[in-house]
Amino acid sequence: MPLQSVNDFVIRFANVNGSGSASANELFARAVLRMGVPVAPRNIFPSNIQGLPTWYEVRISEAGHLGARGGTDLMVAMNPQTWDKDVAAIEPGGYLLYDSTKPLPKSKFRDDINVIGVPPTAITNSTYTDPRQRQLFKNIIYLGALSALLDIDPKVIEQLIAEQYKGKERLLSSNVHALHLGRDYTLKNLKCPIGLRVQKSDKVGDRIFIEGNSAAALGAVYGGATVCAWYPITPSSSLADAFTGHCKRLRHDAETKKAKYAIVQGEDELASIGIVIGAAWNGARAFTATSGPGVSLMQEFIGLAYFAEIPAVIMDVQRAGPSTGMPTRTQQCDIISAAYASHGDTKHVLLFPEDPAEAFDMAAQAFDLADRLQTPIFLMLDLDIGMNHRLCLPLKWDDAKQYDRGKIMTAAMLESGVDFGRYLDVDGDGITYRTYPGTHPTKGSFFTRGTSRDRYAKYTEEGPAYQDNMQRLLRKFETAKDLVPRPLQANAEKPTKYGVIYFGSTSPAMDEAIAMIEAKGQYLDRLRVRAFPFHSSVASFIADHDFVFIVEQNRDAQLRSLIVNECSIDPVRLVPILHYDGTPITARFIARSIGEHLDALKVTPLRKVVS
Amino acid sequence: MTYVVKPKFRHPELPKNKFGYTHRDYEGAVSTLCAGCGHDSITASIIEACFELSIEPHRVAKISGIGCSSKTPTYFLGNSHGFNSVHGRMPSVLTGANLANRDLIYLGVSGDGDSASIGFGQFAHAMRRGVNMVYIVENNGVYGLTKGQFSATADRGSKSKRGVVNSDSAIDMVGIALQIGASFVARSFSGDKKQLVPLIKAAIEHNGAAFIDVISPCVAFNNHAGSTKSFDYVREHNEAVNFLDVMTGRPPIHVDYAPGTVEMVEQHDGTVLALRKLDAEYDVHDRLAAMSFLQHHADQGQIVTGLLYVERDAEDLHGHLNTVAAPLNALSEKELCPGTAVLDKINASLR
Repeated sequence: MPLQSVNDFVIRFANVNGSGSASANELFARAVLRMGVPVAPRNIFPSNIQGLPTWYEVRISEAGHLGARGGTDLMVAMNPQTWDKDVAAIEPGGYLLYDSTKPLPKSKFRDDINVIGVPPTAITNSTYTDPRQRQLFKNIIYLGALSALLDIDPKVIEQLIAEQYKGKERLLSSNVHALHLGRDYTLKNLKCPIGLRVQKSDKVGDRIFIEGNSAAALGAVYGGATVCAWYPITPSSSLADAFTGHCKRLRHDAETKKAKYAIVQGEDELASIGIVIGAAWNGARAFTATSGPGVSLMQEFIGLAYFAEIPAVIMDVQRAGPSTGMPTRTQQCDIISAAYASHGDTKHVLLFPEDPAEAFDMAAQAFDLADRLQTPIFLMLDLDIGMNHRLCLPLKWDDAKQYDRGKIMTAAMLESGVDFGRYLDVDGDGITYRTYPGTHPTKGSFFTRGTSRDRYAKYTEEGPAYQDNMQRLLRKFETAKDLVPRPLQANAEKPTKYGVIYFGSTSPAMDEAIAMIEAKGQYLDRLRVRAFPFHSSVASFIADHDFVFIVEQNRDAQLRSLIVNECSIDPVRLVPILHYDGTPITARFIARSIGEHLDALKVTPLRKVVS
Repeated sequence: MTYVVKPKFRHPELPKNKFGYTHRDYEGAVSTLCAGCGHDSITASIIEACFELSIEPHRVAKISGIGCSSKTPTYFLGNSHGFNSVHGRMPSVLTGANLANRDLIYLGVSGDGDSASIGFGQFAHAMRRGVNMVYIVENNGVYGLTKGQFSATADRGSKSKRGVVNSDSAIDMVGIALQIGASFVARSFSGDKKQLVPLIKAAIEHNGAAFIDVISPCVAFNNHAGSTKSFDYVREHNEAVNFLDVMTGRPPIHVDYAPGTVEMVEQHDGTVLALRKLDAEYDVHDRLAAMSFLQHHADQGQIVTGLLYVERDAEDLHGHLNTVAAPLNALSEKELCPGTAVLDKINASLR
């Protein structure tokens, strides 16, 4: 029985990278979106420029589920290298769309799926002579075929093509032509539509479609970052690229055309963080974008910034580790290495955005926090949020908002005779005043060191002075708990002894999993942690429940370790739910894993069994 | 090493510069380096250069790495902000600081371990980017703080205090600086204040990456027979190509050298350098010739000192990046934040 579904299925495109498939596939996702149906696309791509397999998965979900679902209902198999694996991945009753130009033996197919042959290669060969055109339009031709098979309004795709090639008339018309070549062939030769269909809806609303890296970069522009230093590393490079693009459009002086920003591609991650620290020491808002291996390389500098109390923003787009890891696969695996980065006693502030909208907010907020707390701030993105387009709330800004530059001692304050000690805690919050270099001819200068100093920044190797300073840094970390974004709690419909804690890109899968778990009659209160250090509500949430599941995308239950360590909680009560094969976590995985635990916990009393 | 606190007392008749500062206003804390250390002479030259140029001390940011040389910023310009950063990473920290505020003078102080070994890459990249800075390497060919290991600038065949002979070939940082695009390259000797002070002044006035390699003997670990960085050795093998006079917005009244041996060098900002040439053929604007001259004399065991190369129209990193004239750290929300109207348009383009 062929699968039947309207606005709720998963389509997967299997392509060769470098073949121009990415833009056609994205066009498909946007077309569905324009029809008012939410989509969640995901790139599964190799660490390679050309010739290796790449997949693009689009989950179409009228219900608005944006997490990965798992399984494929319709496979668009355009890559012979992965044919067998791709065919095997189709759900029973699902569909296979393939290039039928060359006949394939029956053994290459399955009996329990529906095979649809369309010959894009034959069509392009008979239409185009230029090899590049033949290659590129093949993608648009199967898009045309899909529009017929899934009942997508071709006008929507035409409109998108028109927007994309505005002012490039020749490209526009040739793309529209190719679209109709595929669509007309399919309508004429095949039964349309198939069991899977896209129907106009109104579930998208005013939401936007953006990659997390681009949103975070825009947050840096709005947050007032003027210096960016970075070293290319997947999956964070597109963040620095996006910042460059945004700045070119938004940050040039209208009259002089001069840049109100400076971007340096460093020679390595050490130089990048060094530049950020130098700039921030000198009063500019500065950041770097990197991934786990980059954070490893920055360790010494991060410790210096912690101890010398220099603001710095580090955007860590996490990928699978350890070491160089799987560069193009997602994980949440840098939690511990970021939280305790460097040598000596150090702790750092981490922010966990769940999607691009929050990445924008938190990126901007990171600069306020860095200036206020005079310490490095990590924005913990991951590949799943960073490099995929995600449907999210429109980005918001308040024009009345002013940057919080923190405690800055000005020339006027120094002139008025204020007692300035760079490390003197006058307010009791652990945060001290700093001066920018060049503030005053005779007052307020100090020497910044990576070794010990007293409250007036004077060099000392005395134990008590060192300890005094380290205790104040702890006070400052306490202050941070109330400044960082608070956890968000959502309670189950019925009172329950069980809770779940999750963070970052796990959000959409968790929202969907909760519905599945509740459908089984099980209830869970949930807490989405949005920052480290943990607000007091994290400990009280755990205290309110017998067992709390901690869902994360790494092997070692890193957030759980951090909670155990920082909140002094008995580890037995925190049950790890771990997903770390490099694919994004799914609702099915969460519901199944938590469901199994809940079943096991439901011990029937002995008396009942006997009677 | 000295334990006394420097007395605040000063002679009432001390000469004052344009801003009314005396020499004492450019000093820092008392040096804790070994008595006779070449680095202290360099400190004295930096103080002299800043005093003579009438620089306001607080308009200088002094940044260093780790090592004996990197400790010296504590000993000069006590009213300047200083940053004793990470071993070998002064160039990146200074680059960032410079990007944040282009209006200050950036003085980077480093050593041969700091810049030729662990920080060799950062040295190279700061030079090739054209960061507007004075990069002074206090070069003694040895690791002092860790008790006398060879550094990467130690010459092959030179002998350590413990009698070990160095078998690795030396890195000549001047040669590297020339090769990778520094726009001002000089070498001097800590014991030659007459040559060094004007070089520092010219480097400060230079708009771009100015590199000065200062050979600075280590009295504790590298001043013995067999060392090629000892006072005696350097004095014997020093081949000075020129001496400088620096005039900032003043007519060249101090120049009284014999005609034909003085070359006037005008820098981008209008500063005039009067170059007393010892070698009539030497052209300070010819990078290729400078490299060849350097190599030729090195082969003869001679240490070439003086201003070796200066680019006429050097441009710095801010020039490359086309940044606004105002320091980036002084820009506010008004200049930096595009606001909600723009954000609404961006949102609309993402649907």
